[in-house]
Amino acid sequence: MIEVLSLSKTYGTEPAVSGLSFSIPKGQITGFLGPNGAGKTTTMKMLTCFLPPTSGNAEIDGLSIHEHSLEIRRKIGYLPEQNPLYEDMNVYDYLHYTAALRGIEKAKRRNRVLEYGARCGLKDVLHKQIGTLSKGFKQRVGLAQALIHDPDVLILDEPTSGLDPNQKGEIMDLIRHLGDDKTVILSTHILSEVEAICERALIVASGKLVADGTMSELKSAFSGGQKIRLGILEASQEVVMPVLETIEGLSLHSFERQENTLMLNLTFASEPDIRPELFRLAVAQNWVLTELYREKVNLEEIFRLVTTS
Amino acid sequence: MNVMLHKIAQSWLITRRELKSYFDGLTGYVVLVFFLLITGWFFGNSLFINNIATVQQIFDMTPLLFMFFVPALTMGAFAEERRSGTLELLLTMPLRDWQVILAKLLATTVLCLIAISFTLVYVFIIAALGNMDAGATTGGYIGMALYGLACAVMGIYASSLTRNQIVAYLLGFVIILVFFLLDKSAPLLPASLGNVVEYLGTDYHYNNLMRGVIDTRDLLYYASLMLFFGLMTAHNLAKRDV
Repeated sequence: MIEVLSLSKTYGTEPAVSGLSFSIPKGQITGFLGPNGAGKTTTMKMLTCFLPPTSGNAEIDGLSIHEHSLEIRRKIGYLPEQNPLYEDMNVYDYLHYTAALRGIEKAKRRNRVLEYGARCGLKDVLHKQIGTLSKGFKQRVGLAQALIHDPDVLILDEPTSGLDPNQKGEIMDLIRHLGDDKTVILSTHILSEVEAICERALIVASGKLVADGTMSELKSAFSGGQKIRLGILEASQEVVMPVLETIEGLSLHSFERQENTLMLNLTFASEPDIRPELFRLAVAQNWVLTELYREKVNLEEIFRLVTTS
Repeated sequence: MNVMLHKIAQSWLITRRELKSYFDGLTGYVVLVFFLLITGWFFGNSLFINNIATVQQIFDMTPLLFMFFVPALTMGAFAEERRSGTLELLLTMPLRDWQVILAKLLATTVLCLIAISFTLVYVFIIAALGNMDAGATTGGYIGMALYGLACAVMGIYASSLTRNQIVAYLLGFVIILVFFLLDKSAPLLPASLGNVVEYLGTDYHYNNLMRGVIDTRDLLYYASLMLFFGLMTAHNLAKRDV
């Protein structure tokens, strides 16, 4: 659906995006991550045909941003950073106006506004002036604006910045529901959001792609394997370890004794989940397990790892 | 042709929003009221105090009035959209940049035409009172309309240079003033240069039209001036330095 081919943008002599390439299949929700100034916004502006790239190309649904700018814009719903709105208009008029600019037939505009107003939870504020709305509602207006022409592709630049935790949750839920059948790219630096709704993450730093994959791919690629914490009642390390070492790839990281329990920190280099095997082994050996826990790899750690090196 | 009409219809959607915002706020009313007050005062003065039945003062006044009022109408055109970030939304709609520029120009033009058309009341009064030079009046109105349009394009250009409305106003005012003064500075220059400079002045061509001679050269001059500033505006937008 979205093909980016060595896209570059230079502001003066300052490269903002350099040789970025990635591809996003139809229907995927992709998180676009990176520190501030990494080139996320610039990339999004090029995809929406706002900024022309210095070199390289991007194709959306087979259409090039160089030659089919208008066609691409029709396919895209865009929520720019800071969510700009005409504060002096009321919600209904504003959505009606964008529906008209998006080329929705006159007879259908009213229904479209009411439909997307309702879907985005704006029913009660349709006739309020945008400038008087809270930030959460403004963000909903911005989303409704991006969705009003039912685009195939949604490009959302930091859709939750500046919102309180409740509003963030609501907006993320909206994106998840409304973006169900759409290809979505959303940029953010709130990693828990990406973990919650994105199938895939692209991490950029200094204008270059530094990591790309599904959440579990990224985790296993950057965590150095599974980290397992195992607690066995009344056992000694000398007895347990030789048995455990029969599992190929499993190694002991550290161990400690807590009262009558032996706590082991193990690492296992690859997937799949090693816990079922450990459990079966414990049953066979008649060990009493008090703990069998796989440490969750934090996306934040991966983020820090790949963007600071 | 159909495609072109469709594109202009799209522009008109933006124009309608602009016009609505002129009249939702005070700008539209303030400009219209002051324009009418000032033209009315000058018209009344000559009619009742000097006993001259003519609309000439209105034509004479217009360039000065437009110099102050038109930049007030155009200052927000791009500066405000830039400041609030909505320019990015507008320029990622399925529209060409020129459609956006045309939309802004149409909005200001409509307001100028409303202002000008109110002054037709004075024309009817003079016509009822007797001798009116129909040719000069027609020429004067065509001149006013063209002059207003030219000011609008210059003001929109000024607005595309900045994100600050006040700066846009001042820039617009200065550009319009410079073009207004060009033909007046001609006598101070050597003849060869003076002729060129005179020809570039907006007021020179406005005065030609006011005499009732509708010359293609004057029409062509205004068309080129508008095209020039229109293209300069497009160039500014294409830089996308929002």
